Amino acid sequence: MDDKIEIGHGSGGLMTQKLIHEVFMKHFDNEWLRAEGDSAIVESTHKKIAFTTDSYVINPLFFPGGDLGKLAVCGTVNDLAVTGARPGYLTAGFIIEEGFSFESLEAIVKSMKAEADNAGVCIVAGDTKVVEKGKADQIFINTSGVGFVDNLHSSLAGGGLIKDGDVVFLNGTVGDHEAAIINAREGFFESAGLVSDCASFNGMIRRLLDQTDTVRFMRDITRGGLAGILHEVAQMTSLGFEIEENKIPVGESVQAFCEALGYEPLHMACEGKCIVIAHESESGRVEAIMKNHEYGKNAARIGKVTQKHPGEVVLETIAGGRRLLEPPREAKVPRIC
Amino acid sequence: MKYIDEYRQKHLVDTLLSNIKAEATGNYHFMEVCGSHTHAIRRFGLPSLLPENIRLLSGPGCPVCVTDSNYINKAIALTADRNNIVVTYGDLLKVPGNGKSLRDCREEGADVRVVYSSLDALTIAGQNPGKSVIFLAIGFETTAPATAVAVQKSNSQNLRNLFFLSAHKIMPPAMKAVIDDGITLSGYLCPGHVSAITGSSIYETFPEEYNVATVISGFEPTDILHSILMLIRQVNSGDFKTEIQYKRAVKPEGNQRARQIMNQVFELRDDQWRGLGTISESGLQLKDTYARLDANRQFNFRIPEPEENSGCICGEILKGKKQPEDCRLFATVCTPRNPKGACMVSAEGSCNAHFKYRNYG
Repeated sequence: MDDKIEIGHGSGGLMTQKLIHEVFMKHFDNEWLRAEGDSAIVESTHKKIAFTTDSYVINPLFFPGGDLGKLAVCGTVNDLAVTGARPGYLTAGFIIEEGFSFESLEAIVKSMKAEADNAGVCIVAGDTKVVEKGKADQIFINTSGVGFVDNLHSSLAGGGLIKDGDVVFLNGTVGDHEAAIINAREGFFESAGLVSDCASFNGMIRRLLDQTDTVRFMRDITRGGLAGILHEVAQMTSLGFEIEENKIPVGESVQAFCEALGYEPLHMACEGKCIVIAHESESGRVEAIMKNHEYGKNAARIGKVTQKHPGEVVLETIAGGRRLLEPPREAKVPRIC
Repeated sequence: MKYIDEYRQKHLVDTLLSNIKAEATGNYHFMEVCGSHTHAIRRFGLPSLLPENIRLLSGPGCPVCVTDSNYINKAIALTADRNNIVVTYGDLLKVPGNGKSLRDCREEGADVRVVYSSLDALTIAGQNPGKSVIFLAIGFETTAPATAVAVQKSNSQNLRNLFFLSAHKIMPPAMKAVIDDGITLSGYLCPGHVSAITGSSIYETFPEEYNVATVISGFEPTDILHSILMLIRQVNSGDFKTEIQYKRAVKPEGNQRARQIMNQVFELRDDQWRGLGTISESGLQLKDTYARLDANRQFNFRIPEPEENSGCICGEILKGKKQPEDCRLFATVCTPRNPKGACMVSAEGSCNAHFKYRNYG
């Protein structure tokens, strides 16, 4: 096996064939890829499908709790899951910088396969491009995904079902992913115990949807953090949120990291977290279902929907004060002192 | 989390608040000097909890906010030479000089690097022997010792390509200038981390000569409320003194070793403060022994006259005369993404804190 990716690996010739067979087919192996068609022909079990896409660029490629490959699968799986879909099939597009190591590529591909298996999805089509040295930062991945939507859940995506008085749940601690990434990138603290929460939580969502019928809306928390997502939903629905800061779970390492550098945990990106908005009836049951799942064991009821202040997220702080919870508006820089 | 959660307990906050409400019988104007206090007060929503007869004003203790345009213009001028690497703390990147910021310079191709420690500048200088590396040394007594350590290390390692552009300042002269400028204060909530270095004696003049209550405060909600209660008690009794509330970090004598290093490297000079003008013996410059490392002496600066954004009232805000909401640019044309004045740039700036943590209810 070659050591490094060369321009020839993207040329469409024999080197490309070799790359496809010795890396992608070898690990992703399934009937659709083996068919080697220009498109994968898949069975649709439902009339309605959810279809999404996302591109993944991250530095460093490997970080505590995950890597680019895992992220590229769980990010797209979660995007499908929160709209109420059952994630089914993914495609994967790779843009690789000339000189990138085969070993790292294979590690990323293996990780994608492992995460796809965890999430119960298949990677059924793909593409590879190699660009000259300096034209990309090591490797970028785009994944697109389709999922199948039960008629019962076909209105979950838009937020139109959210009502005054609904309860807001969060499936665990916030800020883990971004704290782990910044720390790994900048080397602030050794053995800080910061681990990305990067995970496909579609299993938890499926249980929620199968076992209750009170869920009104879900959204995964990625860039912008919890504050960004709540703000986005408030703006989108013209409803407001009342959030209690002391109910929001924050891991001790993340809290210490944020306190030391002057970051706001509620502004930090997650990769395995979502908000779930549900009708007040059965709210105890919703919380219990989340808590009984691996990816919801630290779930908490963090606040409620209100029509009192449309478009605004009001935070009751740990000290009992009230202020607006603003989305992050600028790049994070550590404070001076 | 230990040493944090204890100071955020709701029942302690409630007890302190009920004591404050019971004892605050007059009208009180307290100034929090430090930008991190402004940030904490807003982040915890304390203004919504305090009675109306207690007014908290933000003071001149945000290092980025008080750095004057001339300094930014000098840093910008340094970036024009592509043989220079300008090294800075992140917050300074966005401060507008004449027409542009260091971030704009970076986007135009200048080598401007953000570091988290003054010692990172030594590493960069070591890795780039063919370039001149200039560290933008800003901040108060909290960060000046760290710069002093970097200066001494650079000198002992005989690094020939590392220079320091000092805008370091000390706190007490600006605190005096604020009162001398005519504002009436009942008390100063003094900076915790500055005091960890300086000790408490630097504030003695305030209770003794100005009859201003003086308490050195920590940064958690119970610290700040406890300090406010201590200030109220001083005002009510007329027994003005310098008290340390932040005892877990601040000793009366401060950090003597840090001060010693600072005194070896720096000497006082008259300095320019944004909004406050020139304040006598308020800034720190490198002593002659370190002239070789002093960017002010090693580079010829040709900088334009500073242009201030018309309409920006940063100066008045830094003096405690106006609140961010009094500025017509606030949250309209001046936002953290597009700051017009320095107080909106820094996370410790009062406009930024007021914008980010707007009161509700």
